[in-house]
Amino acid sequence: MNEANLRVGFIPLIDAAALLVAVDKGFAATEGLTVDLVREVSWSNVRDKLNIGVFDAAHLLAPLAVASSLGVGHVKVALAAPFMLGLNGNAITVSPALYDALSAAADGKLEDPKISAQALARVVTARRRAGEEALTFGMTFPFSTHNYQIRLWMAAGGVDPDQDVRLVVLPPPYMVDSLSRRQVDGFCVGAPWNSIAVEFGVGRILHFGCDIVARAPEKVLAVRAAWADNRHDVLERFLCALGGAAAFVNDPAHVEEVAKLLAAPGRVGVSADIIQRTLKGTLHTAPNGVSRGNSDYILIARDGAARPDPVHAAWLYAQMVRWNQAPLSSELLAAAEACFRPDLYDAALGETEKSQSAPPDGIGAFVGPPFEAHDIAGHLAGLKVPVPMR
Amino acid sequence: MDPALKIVIVDENPIRAAILADGLREAGYVHVTRIEETASLLVRIYSLDPDVILIDLENPSRDVLAQMFQVSRAVKRPIAMFVDQSDAAAIEAAVDAGVSAYIVDGLKKERIKNILDLCILRFNAFARLTGELERAQTALSERKLIDRAKGILMKMKNIGEADAYAMLRKTAMNENRKIAEVAQSLVTAAELLK
Repeated sequence: MNEANLRVGFIPLIDAAALLVAVDKGFAATEGLTVDLVREVSWSNVRDKLNIGVFDAAHLLAPLAVASSLGVGHVKVALAAPFMLGLNGNAITVSPALYDALSAAADGKLEDPKISAQALARVVTARRRAGEEALTFGMTFPFSTHNYQIRLWMAAGGVDPDQDVRLVVLPPPYMVDSLSRRQVDGFCVGAPWNSIAVEFGVGRILHFGCDIVARAPEKVLAVRAAWADNRHDVLERFLCALGGAAAFVNDPAHVEEVAKLLAAPGRVGVSADIIQRTLKGTLHTAPNGVSRGNSDYILIARDGAARPDPVHAAWLYAQMVRWNQAPLSSELLAAAEACFRPDLYDAALGETEKSQSAPPDGIGAFVGPPFEAHDIAGHLAGLKVPVPMR
Repeated sequence: MDPALKIVIVDENPIRAAILADGLREAGYVHVTRIEETASLLVRIYSLDPDVILIDLENPSRDVLAQMFQVSRAVKRPIAMFVDQSDAAAIEAAVDAGVSAYIVDGLKKERIKNILDLCILRFNAFARLTGELERAQTALSERKLIDRAKGILMKMKNIGEADAYAMLRKTAMNENRKIAEVAQSLVTAAELLK
């Protein structure tokens, strides 16, 4: 076996777990790989350094891998996603003030995203009539599930995310601070940031991401498509290391150790407690210690989550079309689907069990008709935003 | 060279930003503004309406700039320097130096080539400066440590400074360690025996 060195970029988030464990617990070394992990501060950096070859591979937002392959929003570099590092893991958190306003406006239980979306529409309308400033929400990147999830939720209540509120990109490390300074009224971000907002008493978790979309394609391991061809053997070994690490992460006996490892300053760098609760899917949702659990809150390579599903890539592309980031064409759809590479996954790790709990369309959005990859226009028409209450 | 270009620098490091701004002004660019506050970055950028935005790669706000590429916003759209991959060497030099640049769509690349070159030079100069400063600080603290160790030896063994230093040096050579390391052990031991 040839020794190989890899430089891999990551953002300090809990869904980098399989990657970090693969390196720190020696799964990569067993495959003859020396992996140099580089902690990054922005998705733009991760994408650029991957694109120009400073990185061999990277922990990347799944929609950003698709956008890069399509040449949408930036330079076109065909990327391959042979391993899903994570599904889900996001949440929508709002300020205590907005939470109270939503509660007062809600026609039913606020935990139901249909109810909360309608409540949001009422709050938005009331603020406009009162001449108050529009609400501001943060999300992490234009090409992110955070962006698409919060938009899906708002639109379901008749709120136009581009007209009725301000939806801004906010780097995750600034989210909690911005909420406490009232620069934003809420945000959609990944773990651990929602928990940190709750911990500091400045926010309440309104919805888990999986309440909005049951199986959202969140992060991929991305490599350049050309690199996947040229370094096939190295990639295969790297995927084996990730598979082994993912199994380790998902063994309940290792939760404590994994949380401790991720808590290290050079890794995710937040308290092991929060990480452990996140991995178990039990989060404090309000400052008084109220918690909510959902075993699907974050899916790190379990229940069939690690195998890339081209339907997920098609769904991400459909979101780009819906929100005017990309035109609709069969060529772009094909390019999006080609970015997700179950063939590479299968070659390295063999056929895995199909998910037991996945919804029939593979996505499970809380509103709208089931997703249909080959009728995106029809699917989007079925999601038409109801006439907003102006 | 186009002195009328409006340039915005987004850098949390005030010294590096100053070095960069000075360089640009020396080169003749008169409209150079630095943004420190990241909270309302886009609002500031929109109001300044720059032709060129320079941002360091260690700044998480790079992702905020990504929002400006969204079609829904009716402002002058900047594009990333990296969009043009024809000049791979320049891109790599920029990434190495830790700087990224965004230019308003339609601006000819040649017009800002020297701005980016100047940035890379200045960023590298700053990195060298920081490195030298660190080395100087380390050297200074090592010097102090060795002086203290010499003082201890001179007092305890009743010897002169040159002999004390010779002892430290000989021990370091025998043990294959740095003189500063031997001095550190000696100082620690002396503290314990106080």
